[in-house]
Amino acid sequence: MTSKYNNVYIKNTYTIGGLYESQGPLKKYFDRLYDHDMYYGEKSLEKAEIKLLKDNISYLLKKVNYQEDKIDLLISGDLENQIAASDYMARSFNIPFLGIFSACATSGEGLIIGANFVESKKAKNCIVSTVSHNMSAEKQFRNPTEYGTPKPKTSTFTVTGSASILLTNEKNPIKIESSTIGKVTDLGITDVNHMGAVMAPAAADAIYRHLTNLKRKPEYYDLILTGDLGIYGKNILIEYMKKQYNMDISKVYNDAGTIIYDLDKQPVLAGGSGPCCSALVGFGYYFKQMEEKKIKKILYVPTGAIFSPTLTFQKESIPAIAHAVGLEVVNE
Amino acid sequence: MNKEEYQKIVKKNTPKENWIKNALITFLVGGLIGMGSELLLNIYATWLHMPRKESGVLVILTLIVLSSILTALGVFDFLVQKFKSALIIPITGFAHSMTSATLEYKNEGLVLGIGANIFKLAGTVILYGVVAVYFFGLIRLLVMGG
Repeated sequence: MTSKYNNVYIKNTYTIGGLYESQGPLKKYFDRLYDHDMYYGEKSLEKAEIKLLKDNISYLLKKVNYQEDKIDLLISGDLENQIAASDYMARSFNIPFLGIFSACATSGEGLIIGANFVESKKAKNCIVSTVSHNMSAEKQFRNPTEYGTPKPKTSTFTVTGSASILLTNEKNPIKIESSTIGKVTDLGITDVNHMGAVMAPAAADAIYRHLTNLKRKPEYYDLILTGDLGIYGKNILIEYMKKQYNMDISKVYNDAGTIIYDLDKQPVLAGGSGPCCSALVGFGYYFKQMEEKKIKKILYVPTGAIFSPTLTFQKESIPAIAHAVGLEVVNE
Repeated sequence: MNKEEYQKIVKKNTPKENWIKNALITFLVGGLIGMGSELLLNIYATWLHMPRKESGVLVILTLIVLSSILTALGVFDFLVQKFKSALIIPITGFAHSMTSATLEYKNEGLVLGIGANIFKLAGTVILYGVVAVYFFGLIRLLVMGG
């Protein structure tokens, strides 16, 4: 399902980078850095993740000088069971709340839902946010955080950080122009350490349908940005798109997971992952490039492996989803 | 595209793990740990005038304490990525699995947190260790007569 929007603008964004992200190349593009440790004065990892998200939204409201009552809707999601970080964050704000889950594609789902509310004039201002925390995600999906196992080269490193985006119907320099809701795909990959391979077909499907439904070529966009395929997943996507859809995106394509860290120096193997990987790169780094008009059209395609560890142990292959959101600088 | 064709694309773009190099690192570092332990065993036996058996227990305790401290300092997981299974296979790995689980679940309390989760990883080793010992003991009894 592809939609076009006429009056959905991005008023502002706020991004907080964590410890490893502030040692990476995009450090100076984040609004704030939580680079001292991974707990931020909280007693547990889960509470630290809630703080990361709660602070982000408070700072965003301060940045745009809005009171809570000016926001009609808050949409948020994360990787915790019961999307706990978002739910527990939302109790601190007097704003109607929708909790969502698309794993690492959460920001895409949030933007699409938010954009539809704003476009249909049901909401004037809507905040879409997401958070991920490396250590609480490790605890949630893998082994205890301090437990070391030799990891294969294809495994990725969950990004610590939070991002929020304020959508509005007031005219602003950057707008959400179109979107395509992703389909759940599964091409039989069972390896939880190779998420790039799991998610590439989902990204390919969303990109292909978005472009063909709108009768556009990949080059229409200055950049097609996937969420967290990593260095190997990136090549898989390029090759898969050529073979399956006869479409070459390699000239305008990049993956957020491969640019958020210094892959040679940081212990991140194939790159970054997590819902905040695409959000930090998209709305920390590239959003600022759009404000400076260095880049004008971006197809933002966060990718998510929506897997349950229980079903993976029961030998089920891993389903994936990706949503495509077109961001454009408005021509004056 | 069917699953087999996709597997081919994935395989082509997936780096090969260097099994031989990993095994060699494990063998060498694991061997060094064994050598160091033997040295420690002799030191304890000579300096503390202990019988070899008691000295061995002390060596095991030393390794457990060391790996637990390294786990708590957050160093052990990085060492594992470097030295592969060399640190996981000896008693150091067992201690590491218990310490890391303890650290992880301390916020959920002594009973439902630490108590319920401390053997989360080590439980497998204990269960199948006991089963293996039973069968090897049985074979030894039948073949060698005890």
